[in-house]
Amino acid sequence: MESPILTIKNLHKRYGKVHAVNDVSLEIHKGNVYGILGPNGSGKSTTLGIVLNVVNKTSGEYNWFGGTMATHEALKKVGAIIERPNFYPYMTAQENLELVCKIKGINYSKVKEKLEIVGLIDRKDSKFKTFSLGMKQRLAIASALLNDPEILILDEPTNGLDPQGIHQIRDIIRLIASQGTTILLASHLLDEVEKVCSHVLVLRFGEILYNGKVDEMSNKSGYFELQSNDSQRLIEVLKNHTELESIKETEGKIIAYFKAQIDATELNKFLFEKGIILNHLVKRKLSLEEQFLELTNQ
Amino acid sequence: MKRLLAIELQKIWKNRASKVLTIGYFVILSFIALIASIKFDIGNFKLHFAEMGIFNFPFIWHFNTWIASGLKFFLAIVIVSMMANEYSYGTLKQNLIDGMSKKEFILSKFLTVVLFASVSTLFIFLMSLVLGLSFSSYTEFGIIFSDLEYLLAYFVKLLGFFSFCLFLGVLIKRSAFALGFLFIWFLVEKISYGIFKFEIFNRSPIVDDVYAFMPLESISNLIIEPITRLNAIRSIQEAVGENSTKDYDIHFSSIVIVLVWTIIFIYSSYAIIKKRDL
Repeated sequence: MESPILTIKNLHKRYGKVHAVNDVSLEIHKGNVYGILGPNGSGKSTTLGIVLNVVNKTSGEYNWFGGTMATHEALKKVGAIIERPNFYPYMTAQENLELVCKIKGINYSKVKEKLEIVGLIDRKDSKFKTFSLGMKQRLAIASALLNDPEILILDEPTNGLDPQGIHQIRDIIRLIASQGTTILLASHLLDEVEKVCSHVLVLRFGEILYNGKVDEMSNKSGYFELQSNDSQRLIEVLKNHTELESIKETEGKIIAYFKAQIDATELNKFLFEKGIILNHLVKRKLSLEEQFLELTNQ
Repeated sequence: MKRLLAIELQKIWKNRASKVLTIGYFVILSFIALIASIKFDIGNFKLHFAEMGIFNFPFIWHFNTWIASGLKFFLAIVIVSMMANEYSYGTLKQNLIDGMSKKEFILSKFLTVVLFASVSTLFIFLMSLVLGLSFSSYTEFGIIFSDLEYLLAYFVKLLGFFSFCLFLGVLIKRSAFALGFLFIWFLVEKISYGIFKFEIFNRSPIVDDVYAFMPLESISNLIIEPITRLNAIRSIQEAVGENSTKDYDIHFSSIVIVLVWTIIFIYSSYAIIKKRDL
């Protein structure tokens, strides 16, 4: 098997009394889109800072590309944006990207191409300080893409942007993901992660709560929304169902959770045989938000 | 190495303030030549610098390097701000993320410091050569190229001073505060020297020996002022009865002290960057 792009083992980071990262272990494999979820202050940025060589770890290990090269060499094959875009305000967009090329040791041939992808080619000769936040963030993405990276790391890429800016950034991320680039996206915006990620990592107080595929995050398969003319009888009948886990009534609808996978047809047939005719039957999956809240509230 | 210098020079050259200061520094350096044209005629008293022998070989090496080192503050500002800006723009973090190692980062700054010191030294060498050839009373080959250790001392002086500035930029993160600290440090060295020398140890020469190891004092000890070495000044001194036995030579020991400080400053800068969470 191909060695993982990034391996983290038992990583710890303490800031005085605060245990910002607590025993985090994970592997990032090629081709997947990972989301790191967690409330503010849960250790997302610190974890990324450590593997990006700007924060010192307290203990633990990490290595890039199977540990075959030094961290700073590996970072030349990584594209990363953290928190806010950092460039030299007195240089133009193009000059800033050329400087990044010098650091990464590549030639300037990709500068224009990447400016085009993020839609800044018309502003390439404008100084960075004249840019709006959205443009700055897009320039940061162009900079991260300069070396056609093996993995793109994005930490809160839509933070502080207006809806239009958020939309533009998401489109760019989706475009990059569709080209098969591995992406690691840290965010507290759940729908953002849900829309683009295949895998998810949930952090709270520096600890990993969940690490796996998005759709396997909750052991619950989903739930049913039911409605019938006779709610009382419906509840009674459901309570006799052997696989039922819990039931509640909201806004006139009965919400039923089951322990095992139950087919909608099966349930409908079961209720019909008991003499209940439904006027509403929807099988719903738990949204990422519900799953996330369920995990972090444990 | 070329890559690291290219990175750093782009950062400085694209910044208008740094560019103006650097150009201004070299323009003002070349104004040393204008001293040649200074002439005073006050009745019987005639003062014409060029004829007083300040441009005689080999004295010119001493005189020009001493005058030129007074202008090092221009580049000090450039160096402190090039470091402090990296913090305030967040680009130190970004450079590291883009794949520069912390060692390379400090190395690129240090190489720039070496470049500034080398270019200044070369500039002073060429300018003094031209001035000397035009005004010096002696132009024999052997005399022209004697006492060149003043150029070495000048180079080491700039290297040490700029490394100190770089270190303060790394440590303090804000250019204004770093320059302020530099000034305060200067005062601390001078005032504590005065107190120890004249109040506590009763003019003991041991105080001088100890202070020769202080960073700024050792840097300024490299090239002793050349004014009292001039014949005109010396005859005035003798007239008022002061017997000056000052040692104007460059001492190997002072060069070593400054080089050791340079190593300490650069290594500490690296240690700070390495240890800090950015």
